[in-house]
Amino acid sequence: MFELLGIPPQVLLGQLLLGLINGSFYAVLSLGLAVIFGLLNIINFAHGALYMAAAFVAWMLLNYLGIGYWPALILSPLIVGAFGMVLERTMLSRLYHLDHLYGLLLTFGLALVIQGLFRNYYGISGLPYQIPDVLSGGQNLGFMFLPNYRAWIVVASVLVCFGTWFIIEKTRLGAYLRAGTENPTLVGAFGVNVPLMVTLTYGFGVALAGFAGVLAAPIYSVNPNMGEQLIITVFAVVVIGGMGSIMGAILTGYLLGIVEGLTRVFYPEGSAVVIFVIMAIVLMIKPEGLFGRPA
Amino acid sequence: MIRNLAISASALAMMTAAPAVAQDIDVKLGVLNDRSGTYADLSGEGSAVATRMAVEDFGAAEKGLNVEVVSADHQNKPDVGSNIAREWFDVADVHAIVDVPTSSVALAVSDIVAENNGVFLISGAGSTNLTREQCHPTTVHWTYDTAALANGTGAAVTNAGGEKWFFLTADYAFGHSLEENTMSVVEENGGEVVGNVRHPFPAQDFSSYLLQAQGSGADVIGLANAGSDTVNAIKQASEFGITQAGQSLAALLMFVTDVHSLGADTAQGLNLTEAFYWDQNDATREWTERYEAEMGSKPTMVHAGAYSSTMAYLAAVEAVGSAEDGAAVVDKMREMEIDDPFFGKVTVRGDGRAVHDMYLFEVKSPDQSEGEWDLYNQVATISGEDAFLPMLEECDFSKK
Repeated sequence: MFELLGIPPQVLLGQLLLGLINGSFYAVLSLGLAVIFGLLNIINFAHGALYMAAAFVAWMLLNYLGIGYWPALILSPLIVGAFGMVLERTMLSRLYHLDHLYGLLLTFGLALVIQGLFRNYYGISGLPYQIPDVLSGGQNLGFMFLPNYRAWIVVASVLVCFGTWFIIEKTRLGAYLRAGTENPTLVGAFGVNVPLMVTLTYGFGVALAGFAGVLAAPIYSVNPNMGEQLIITVFAVVVIGGMGSIMGAILTGYLLGIVEGLTRVFYPEGSAVVIFVIMAIVLMIKPEGLFGRPA
Repeated sequence: MIRNLAISASALAMMTAAPAVAQDIDVKLGVLNDRSGTYADLSGEGSAVATRMAVEDFGAAEKGLNVEVVSADHQNKPDVGSNIAREWFDVADVHAIVDVPTSSVALAVSDIVAENNGVFLISGAGSTNLTREQCHPTTVHWTYDTAALANGTGAAVTNAGGEKWFFLTADYAFGHSLEENTMSVVEENGGEVVGNVRHPFPAQDFSSYLLQAQGSGADVIGLANAGSDTVNAIKQASEFGITQAGQSLAALLMFVTDVHSLGADTAQGLNLTEAFYWDQNDATREWTERYEAEMGSKPTMVHAGAYSSTMAYLAAVEAVGSAEDGAAVVDKMREMEIDDPFFGKVTVRGDGRAVHDMYLFEVKSPDQSEGEWDLYNQVATISGEDAFLPMLEECDFSKK
């Protein structure tokens, strides 16, 4: 049996699969960021906080209203997405004529406020959220034990990611969206309500973060810092993929999940920085990102 | 009217009597800990509340001590913690720093406290280096340390048949210290260490490390981490069927807030070592009630440690008559016979280690548990001599 640098192939296969699972979160989150940046030119730093908020909303739905995982998987992103649209209408829309930095600062501030509110009411230790019964247990794949829930994460994220890509790149609605960001005045002249479209797009990007948040709730501790730890990594993913590139964000998300997974085997101490090292290298060699078009 | 008169009369009496009986001693305590990150629930504002309760219960005002308590967030970063500590000594005239979880921060702060001849009352941090490689005459390490955890949980699990260990370790001072202490306890008890992996702090996804632990053929996976890292690791271990497949987990440091967060369902049967549990006796229950009225949750051993160490410190300051000379106050703490309501008989050793009993607990099953915070059964008491490491000769600062 071959071994790679002293690592048996079973372990390697297992880690590749785990990397893919983590990559699923990166892909869904960076996709949301890429949609928002690509179509609105907003660097949405509140993304991680909204991801966290959706996990909490799922918890609240269960504990206050008795609504389980499956309805929450739809409801919670909708609620958080609607909240996102309120933010866009009341605050972000005032900043479109200013530099990117203002949007970044505003969303960063919002992220701190949202996190602070949850921390104040729910503490930091986290809340329990059980895996739905249908998906508990797992399969023995020979090289590893794969929990059914993790398999579901990969399936769900692939469906959502490629569905989104399809809508934006291949449908008429997507064409309006892309045209609207290219030249809002002209598209408006054709009778398309551009501000409404922009609001809905922001809501949709946030709902993607919310979807990832509900996916994460049963396996990670639902706590106010869960988004903060992820958001920086996800930004690095978006930068590596190319700001605003939809397909770039998706593919880079999965790819970096795998790279990170492998680092955890070969040099676990470096797993927290490997993505940033790659980001630095990519920025040096191809500043527009792996899938980005040169500006 | 009569009552007011009585009060003013007694106030007058106190004012005239004050110079003769009690001195006017200024004491400023700084509670420095994680107030927003992963350790905020186990230390955080709770430690500040506990410290203020100690000031009140000590009756500082009646004894002529003007005590002020300030607090700050070190964000688990040694540089941030050091800056706050320096500012507290240089500008704010703080005399003692309380709590400081996160060993990397505590180690940095301990040097600054020594430079400024303050007092360092450690409750939250666990590294044994605080009273060994980096010992100072101004340090009092009150609540627990990694050696005590190893001697509690590590020894109990090894003796119960968990011979081969794999460590999942948080990659910073505390994790390293806990891993090292537990390794030697495991080996002393006839066990064997088959591997380890060091994860970044804080981490969220442990599946990769757990898979490595699973492949190692170990009986026991020792979690040398804390807070949400431990919670996430345990949660995911159950998801990946690790415990069902016959490997057991040893959470080397777990606080009651972590167990509460996991729920008795997931955490049942875990062994853990603590110096304090809120439901231990009447004194702890009575104090917990008052604490909970202010904080809304149960106290951890870190909170209890902040309370008790502050009590002992204030008694020493009163005896010395001033808080200015930190080393002298700690010397006084070493001489005092401390009988604490929570920690029992406590001796502050020459190296600053506070020696007291530790307890081995087992997490109750959901059927045994009568409420969301009814979580532990006490399994054993570990005497202070067995729990903590012997003192290093060069760290003995006691006056001979």
